[in-house]
Amino acid sequence: MTATLVAVQVLNGLQLGVLLFLVAAGLTLVFGVMDFINLAHGVQYMLGAYLAVTFYSLTGNFFAALVLALLAALAFGLVLEFLVFRHLYDRDHLDQVLATFGVILFLNEGVRIVWGAAPLSYPIPELLQGTIPMMEGFGYPIYRVAMIVAGLATAVLLWAIVTRTRVGMLVRAGATNPRMVSALGVDIRRLFMIVFGFGAMLAGFAGIMAGPILSVEPGMGDSVLILAFVVIVIGGIGSIRGAFVSALLIGLVDTLGRSFMTDIFKAFLAPAAANQVGPAIASMLIYLLMAGVLFFRPSGLFPAAGR
Amino acid sequence: MSRPTTAASTGVRWSVPLVLLVLLAAVPAVANAADMGFAISLVTRVMIYAIAALSLDLILGYGAMVSFGHAAFLGIGAYAVGIASAHDEWNAVVTFPIAIVAAGAFALLTGAISLRTRGVYFIMITLAFGQMAYFTASSLSDYGGDDGLTMWGRSEVFGATPFEDDTAFYYVVLACLAGCFLFARAVVGSRFGRVIAGVRENRLRMQAVGFNPYAYQLVAYAIAGMMAGLAGALLANHAEFVSPSYMSWQRSGELIIMVVLGGMGTLHGAVLGAIAYLTLEEVLSHWTEHWRVIFGPLLILVVLYARGGLGSLLRRSGGDG
Repeated sequence: MTATLVAVQVLNGLQLGVLLFLVAAGLTLVFGVMDFINLAHGVQYMLGAYLAVTFYSLTGNFFAALVLALLAALAFGLVLEFLVFRHLYDRDHLDQVLATFGVILFLNEGVRIVWGAAPLSYPIPELLQGTIPMMEGFGYPIYRVAMIVAGLATAVLLWAIVTRTRVGMLVRAGATNPRMVSALGVDIRRLFMIVFGFGAMLAGFAGIMAGPILSVEPGMGDSVLILAFVVIVIGGIGSIRGAFVSALLIGLVDTLGRSFMTDIFKAFLAPAAANQVGPAIASMLIYLLMAGVLFFRPSGLFPAAGR
Repeated sequence: MSRPTTAASTGVRWSVPLVLLVLLAAVPAVANAADMGFAISLVTRVMIYAIAALSLDLILGYGAMVSFGHAAFLGIGAYAVGIASAHDEWNAVVTFPIAIVAAGAFALLTGAISLRTRGVYFIMITLAFGQMAYFTASSLSDYGGDDGLTMWGRSEVFGATPFEDDTAFYYVVLACLAGCFLFARAVVGSRFGRVIAGVRENRLRMQAVGFNPYAYQLVAYAIAGMMAGLAGALLANHAEFVSPSYMSWQRSGELIIMVVLGGMGTLHGAVLGAIAYLTLEEVLSHWTEHWRVIFGPLLILVVLYARGGLGSLLRRSGGDG
């Protein structure tokens, strides 16, 4: 019984982890290559989910909605890049934080106007409905397993692109020394655009997958954004590998903390006190982890070379 | 032409704060005469946030420490007063120092860790500490938890109730703001303040000259935390309510906006920024509930085209134009 419970929570933690990785990957790439803090990355996650809602109601097919929403998320990311972000690359971090904060305010409210403030949802595709039996009378949802698989597959794909292709090579070079890359004749603006659009699409992908199991509502990107920042700071900014490791770490720590922290405290505290302290510690566990990591390794676990 | 410019900027240094002080002092009389009592409460709130923004400007504008968790100090100050009231301690002479010391202690503790990091890591670690404070407040189920804690009244001073009357409270807050402003001015002008600004310009050189940047920055961080704690204590009294939302990261973002909007590193800019931000919010939200749709792009435009904020516009029109 307990072993199954732990297994279920580990799976839940992995599922949160891959979701965070998809958001954090774009964030860390954009930061690593362009030295650009994009607070608006979370709203791209939210937009992915909302676009999927709309395309699902138009097509009635989850996978068609997925593809269309991905394309729309990509297009939207490129439009945002063109209108706002492009003008901020050579500004300091404070300006970037403020302007992208403005984008968050605008899009959160815009979504509320277009889609309404009430939470929306769309169903899990039939193909992925049902559960995988884990014990008598209890199974783990196939959809969540599919999310983990899709997330891991994306991670592998990303790894292959970054380490095995020419664009990936430029991205790595850009993260280490963007000026040198530019001096060698690479159109750095185009590279920025590609990285940006790709990051927006990954965040959108995470949002689309999260749509059926979480509620789609304005502001849903904000909490994910903060978590994604924790992920990339722990992982080392600019490092995809670091983002992957720390996304899974954060996903597991957060999920397991919330499930078991109260019980752990009950071992040596009075039940009333444990019920009080447990949830509090559980919700700040990842921030404690981050503060601890930064205390001992001020540039994260896997600092990208050259910064 | 250096002398007139200097004279003009010295003029702005004192004329803007003085004009602000006179205008703020006149608000209750004008509001009562025009039968707009709500304005007193609004401007009280604006001034409370101005104190918090002022404290942030002290470290952000002069020390280049981009604290993204500044709202935590505000919230801790507010909770100190709120929790004390829940235990039937209403005397401001007791609760306000508790609020200030509590916020200062939190700043000292978190600053000691945060200031080991630089740049974006500093932004993120202060955010993390802000979130910790937020979740701690949310989990205080004895004191309202997520829903917040209602105070059944305002603080007293040895049984007297100078805070109960809105106009009297207004002047208390104005006095706090003026006091904080003068204190911050003194800090910035002192040898200590010059070291802080020196570290902002060139950390290595300051070290070479023999200063310990870390210690100076930490003290500045704690001072800013204490000042924000005072703002929090006033905020709790103003709303007669404290809630975890005082510490949300959006609130920290708003404080940064206020400072940048008004112009960093001027002190009176932070006050102007608080006035501009909250007035804009008030006006736009009367106009439409979706005021953020207008405010967001406005913020982007300010960042892109009005560098230096409102303060620099004033300086430009006062100095060069």
